[in-house]
Amino acid sequence: MTATTSDAVTTTGYYDQKGLLGTLGRDGLLQIILIANTVLMLAPIVIMVFSAFKTTPQIFQSPFGIPDFTQLGNFVRIWTETNFLRYLLNSFFVTGTSMVLILTLGTMAAYAIGRYQFTGSAFILMFFLAGLTLPLKLAIIPLFMLLRDLSILNNQLSLIFVYTAMGLPTTVFIMTGFIRTLPSELEDAARMDGASEARIMWSIMLPLVRPAMVIAGIQNVVPIWNDFFFPLVFIQNDNLKTLPQGLTTFMGEYTTDWGVLFSGLTLSAAPIIIIYIVLSKQFISGMTSGAVK
Amino acid sequence: MPHLRMTGRGLWITALVVPPLAFVALFIVYPIVSAFAYAFFDWQGLRRGDFVGLENFHTVLFVEPYRSWTLNAFKNNVIVFFALMVLQNGLGFLLAYALWRELPGARFHRVAVFLPVVLSTVIVGYLFKLFLHPLFGVVNITLRGVGLDWLAQPWLGQSDTALFSLIAAQAWHMVGFPTLVFLAGMQRIPSEVLDAVRMETQSEWVKITKIVWPLVAPSATIVFTLLFVGAFNWFELPYIMAGLDGSPFGSTDVLGLYFYRTAFGNVSAGQQNFGLGSALAVLIFVFIAFVATFITIRLRAREIQV
Repeated sequence: MTATTSDAVTTTGYYDQKGLLGTLGRDGLLQIILIANTVLMLAPIVIMVFSAFKTTPQIFQSPFGIPDFTQLGNFVRIWTETNFLRYLLNSFFVTGTSMVLILTLGTMAAYAIGRYQFTGSAFILMFFLAGLTLPLKLAIIPLFMLLRDLSILNNQLSLIFVYTAMGLPTTVFIMTGFIRTLPSELEDAARMDGASEARIMWSIMLPLVRPAMVIAGIQNVVPIWNDFFFPLVFIQNDNLKTLPQGLTTFMGEYTTDWGVLFSGLTLSAAPIIIIYIVLSKQFISGMTSGAVK
Repeated sequence: MPHLRMTGRGLWITALVVPPLAFVALFIVYPIVSAFAYAFFDWQGLRRGDFVGLENFHTVLFVEPYRSWTLNAFKNNVIVFFALMVLQNGLGFLLAYALWRELPGARFHRVAVFLPVVLSTVIVGYLFKLFLHPLFGVVNITLRGVGLDWLAQPWLGQSDTALFSLIAAQAWHMVGFPTLVFLAGMQRIPSEVLDAVRMETQSEWVKITKIVWPLVAPSATIVFTLLFVGAFNWFELPYIMAGLDGSPFGSTDVLGLYFYRTAFGNVSAGQQNFGLGSALAVLIFVFIAFVATFITIRLRAREIQV
């Protein structure tokens, strides 16, 4: 490497130096674009977190100032005066239950389609895939009527069932592809030894499927955790609201108290930001995996 | 893969497949199919009335004031789509290209550009609503601070800047997605191709337009199609930032808001109309499906195999 570079410099000096400068200039420009963009991406979040520790007059006087991080008054008020903790627990419950159902049912379907040949398997996969692109938001009226007829409107089951159904197409899609690539030697050996199909799936294949489950899990957990539309239509009872929905109630009550507003936003954003920063690699590959094949 | 002979295994497969199929059939396929049927009936609140044929469609497309509302919302969706095409996907391509060069700090920049994507739209909407406040928002405070007082606006309060403000917030929220999809596409370009290009030309512009852009065509197909579907489904951010009526004066009204308002918006006033709402839903759905299919076919044809 070093030898060729110095060779090139000595033999074709002028043009290469110009090329080198040109390269520096171009990369410099790209570096500036990246830095500017990163500042633009992070500034709103930093201002939000800073403002969460300020009183309303402090926010108006010095919106960019670094606050005294020991001032937790806004957070205390949210904790004691609002239903925030309730919303947070509801979000954990609804998201957690939906994820368990999605991963269990998704793995079941993907395992059957990916591991066995049977009549109609191609059709069943198509049926799941059809759900990938359909915007369910536009079917909200019949969905609302269906949930009413099932008597689960204003009940967290409505959210859990709909999220589970919405999460299955991507999960089946990702996991079927993965399960098909697994070698069949282990499975055949176990079958020779007389292991039941259920035992083969549970003890031999499932441990191998974990990487695909992580990808499918991340792809579904973010939209479900963040969803606002379905709770808006299905849930009326304040005690059953999820975090994004509860946040709208809360923002409506404290319109003039900006310190409390910003700390509410910060508290809502904190769980997902922290998990994202810790697991950014898995998050990025999980959330873009549907688009990057 | 062993062929099925024993009924025992057939039962086992049925047990694996039926529960997940039931969820999708009941909560996705059935509602979507019903949405089409609902549009042909007259509705009294939550109660289905007479079959009225195409009357609901006729009303939302040709009868005032619905006709103007439909056209206004559609026009705004078209603006949103094209503006986001430039801001979100265009900027995404540029950022992907910059990240692809693996300059110092590239990993940090990549984590930062995707950070807003994981936030809830509700958080993003309120954050920008506070930032765009005419008196106390940081946007106007910054503009006044650097001497651009004349640029300070009541951004969300006037018709000619409100929709653009929403589009800017949306681009901030989602620009990381096309960036990383394009970046993944660029990383798949074989290094031999790049070496060959390096021998042929020094021009960055030629390299981008003649080599990189055609070779990331599969990424472009995906982000363009998803943006199209997303733009014509847009609901959450306008709802949070501009309200259910698309204020001021309908300047931020989009099909998603208009549909929701028609179907559910005035429940308290007893003015919800499931018939007209369903007709709107069917029209939006058919439009999205038709155009998205067309876009995908056209863009796929452009893709070349390396």
